[in-house]
Amino acid sequence: MTAPTLEQPTPAEPAPAAKPRRRLTGGGLLRTYTWLIIAWLALPILVMIMFGFNDTKGRYNQTWNGFSLKWYGRLFELDDLTKALVASLLVAAASTVISGALGTGIGYALGRYSFRGSGAMNLVMFAAIASPELVMGSSLLSLFVSLNLGLGAVTVTIAHVMFSISFVAIVVRARVMTLDRSVEEAAADLGATPWVTFWKVTFPIILPAVFSGMLLAFALSIDDFIVTNFTAGTTETFPLFIWGATRVGIPPQVNVWGTLIFGVGVLFAVVSTIRSRQGKRD
Amino acid sequence: MNRMKRQIAPYLLVLPGGLWLLIFFAVPMVTMLSLSLQEGDIVSGYRFTGHWQNYSDALSNYQTQLVRSLVYGVIATVVLIVLSFPVAYWIAFYGGKRKSTYLFLILLPFFVSFVLRTISWRQILTDEGPLLQPLKEMGLLPAEFHILGTSFAVIAGLAYNFLPFMVLPVYVALERIDPRVIEAARDLYASPATSFRKVILPLALPGVFAGVLMVFVPASSDYVNSAVLGSSETTMIGQVIQARFLQTSDLPTASALSFTLMAVLLIGVFAYARALGTEDVMKVAAR
Repeated sequence: MTAPTLEQPTPAEPAPAAKPRRRLTGGGLLRTYTWLIIAWLALPILVMIMFGFNDTKGRYNQTWNGFSLKWYGRLFELDDLTKALVASLLVAAASTVISGALGTGIGYALGRYSFRGSGAMNLVMFAAIASPELVMGSSLLSLFVSLNLGLGAVTVTIAHVMFSISFVAIVVRARVMTLDRSVEEAAADLGATPWVTFWKVTFPIILPAVFSGMLLAFALSIDDFIVTNFTAGTTETFPLFIWGATRVGIPPQVNVWGTLIFGVGVLFAVVSTIRSRQGKRD
Repeated sequence: MNRMKRQIAPYLLVLPGGLWLLIFFAVPMVTMLSLSLQEGDIVSGYRFTGHWQNYSDALSNYQTQLVRSLVYGVIATVVLIVLSFPVAYWIAFYGGKRKSTYLFLILLPFFVSFVLRTISWRQILTDEGPLLQPLKEMGLLPAEFHILGTSFAVIAGLAYNFLPFMVLPVYVALERIDPRVIEAARDLYASPATSFRKVILPLALPGVFAGVLMVFVPASSDYVNSAVLGSSETTMIGQVIQARFLQTSDLPTASALSFTLMAVLLIGVFAYARALGTEDVMKVAAR
């Protein structure tokens, strides 16, 4: 968008050559529109951040009472909230590791081999991604109730692994499919056994895809509400705590934690993008 | 020996994850189907009796909520196609070097918990909130004007929460269009409007289709937006199912409702897929 300003003559000059291109004016309108949409998307986030700095007396955090940092100093004051955050982190960590391992297996097999049943596997994964969370959550609850299984962090983790596997598998499959097989052949020519070839050559190449699949699984798990709502029983995760608090009023600490999670997430995304760009340039 | 190993390898790799999906995705569906045909209560237990009445009861009692959910889902999806297409178009064709930055900005809501950002909207839209209060004080709005509790609030919430799911696939489809194809259309004397209609739009359609799938299903089965932003006038089927399962523990009716919802959504998606042509569906599914 900076280039046209260089080419444009000063407005005083009657320049017949500088006929404005229609595409650019249309672009300008669309540009404003896109920024309006982005502003709409950002508005509730800004409100959330703002109310974390609100100088309220107690839990009631609806009207603006002036700027204060006090809630940042009282982050761990509510035991239930702290417990919920710990539960969220534990569940997300466990489900990331398990779905990372299982999803990588599926993704590698689908990307590398053609075997009977691969079509069915793809179909099941597509179904698991496309199914409404409400149906997945309620059917899992039906299963757990029929089996008389106590609901808690374990059942939530089981559920989160279930919906994360397909996402990891798809990310890994894409990487395996575009893998340059000649590198592996070179290793084999140099006398490496298939086992050594896999761990020394293939695995390091697909590792970034495994990591991004696991990152996706972590993000899906930590923010999940609907499936968790059905499978948690009395255990609370961070989203479940917020949900439970809507009736009695959301404590400002929730806004602060929301802000911190937002900040860490954005920072992480920006840093990893910059690093991958630098990696490509090298 | 080696050959046999190679034949077994993919199955060994798929087995653990495949079993997990079988036990915790496919089997629960069967359990729920069976539960939806049972009679009894949570204390004395359920027995399978092939009780189809659960379905007719569920449908006759909650038809309003079911239809409302589908209507909200369709409206939110259509609104999102209209809202998202220009955004995806601009980023794909005018984004230049900053494309990924704009996409990142579109994804910003995903860094805040789904429940929290919906509650944040309630804070903005409430009667004493920063939006309505000043307008009412200035006399621009009547004192009894509300946004919260209306269908508008619920649909707007759905549209807000699922917007990135529409922008992304449409963007991917538009981004893939070779600019030379559009230039060729212009060289063959197509007006900008014609080249948009005859070249860009058909090529963007698979993206729109994927977006519709990603928006319509979660939007019409959602219960967070209607619970936080709506009222008893806007109750969606998800709220009913959630309450039946978790509060009244009326598992058979709840299962019947949940299954009905899935069946209706599946039929809707397949009907839509047929209308669009199966080839596009396979392309989307294969992605």
